[in-house]
Amino acid sequence: MSINATLIGQMIWFAIFIWITMKFIWPPLQKAMADRQQQIADGLAAAERGKHDLELAAKRSADALREAKDRAAGITAEADKQARRIVEDAKDAAKVEAEKVYNAKLAELEQEAERARSALRERVAELAVAGAEKILRREVNAAAHADMLSALKQEL
Amino acid sequence: MSAEHGEPLTATSYITHHLTNFKVGSGFWTFHLDTLIVSGLIGLAVFVSLAVIANRATSGVPKGWQNFFEMVLSFVNQQVKDTYHGNNPLIAPLAITIFIWVFSMNAMDLVPVDFLPWAAQHATGNEHLPFKFVPTTDPNLTFAMSITVFVIMIFLNFKVKGFGGFMHEVLTVPFGAKLAPVNLLFRIIEDVAKPISLSLRLFGNMYAGEMVFILIGLVGIWQLPLALPWELFHILIITLQAFVFMMLTIVYMSMASESH
Repeated sequence: MSINATLIGQMIWFAIFIWITMKFIWPPLQKAMADRQQQIADGLAAAERGKHDLELAAKRSADALREAKDRAAGITAEADKQARRIVEDAKDAAKVEAEKVYNAKLAELEQEAERARSALRERVAELAVAGAEKILRREVNAAAHADMLSALKQEL
Repeated sequence: MSAEHGEPLTATSYITHHLTNFKVGSGFWTFHLDTLIVSGLIGLAVFVSLAVIANRATSGVPKGWQNFFEMVLSFVNQQVKDTYHGNNPLIAPLAITIFIWVFSMNAMDLVPVDFLPWAAQHATGNEHLPFKFVPTTDPNLTFAMSITVFVIMIFLNFKVKGFGGFMHEVLTVPFGAKLAPVNLLFRIIEDVAKPISLSLRLFGNMYAGEMVFILIGLVGIWQLPLALPWELFHILIITLQAFVFMMLTIVYMSMASESH
């Protein structure tokens, strides 16, 4: 082993390689790695944000669902009430109508009865007069006794 | 083992041959061409591909090599972050360079001991050409790295603490101002020990590992069952030594940037 000028040559080689590493190897690689680290950090942050957004959306959708349910329940109750009212109204209307029809029929029947009665009365008076006529054919003057007969007719 | 050359091939000549560098020049101005070329080619291949990968890197899902190197570089960067609390843009690239370069050069140890020398001998036509192809077994390389680390360390000391602050620390720690010369001596020993231990640790481990491979290469056909477990074990050493060199560099840088 002998130390000689090779030493100087090796120092030059060493300096050249340090220079290459310092100038062309380490900075670009370091930059690539730092950029990648940044990208990964950004990606993780975005994922975190997405998760958070998802949670918010889930909460919002649950809220919306609950609200819709409440509203649907309200609507159903309202519809029930309305249906009951309609039925009630219809019942009332039917009752009124029935009464009206009943009354009309009653009035008609009464009229009928009245008419029948008055016709009957006429008939009875006629018959009575006819009977009396038959009995009293000879002595009774229809004209002379007309006043009495009509008074009798009234009393019937 | 290429046995067909003139002089008789003995175990000693085989080992010596494998531990000799491919030299050019003389005296101090000798260049170990094998170390320079292998380490340079490995470094260029690895770091230029890394630069291409880094240039194409996307912040999307990382694929293939980008994924692999991002993992390696984040691992190194994590060590830097855990140990070095300053904010110097040089430390992470320095640690990355050391880890990847030392690891790749150490990994040359896993190539069979005779393979690359044989290739080099055939490429040059010189069948006596020595070729030591694991660059980290050359102390020139490990010292070059540790001395560079040492220079950066001293530079950081001055930069972070200022000239006055550094001098104050050198002269007063650990025994106070009255024993300034002792403090200075201690500090010099402490700081000089750092690059020496750094380089000799790497050199020693890799040299010893390579030596075992060479010895295994001597036993003929029985080297196959022997080389396999040693290679598997050596994967651990390769990684560990690269890690230790990187880690200690970060620690030294962190010590240079913090006041005692």
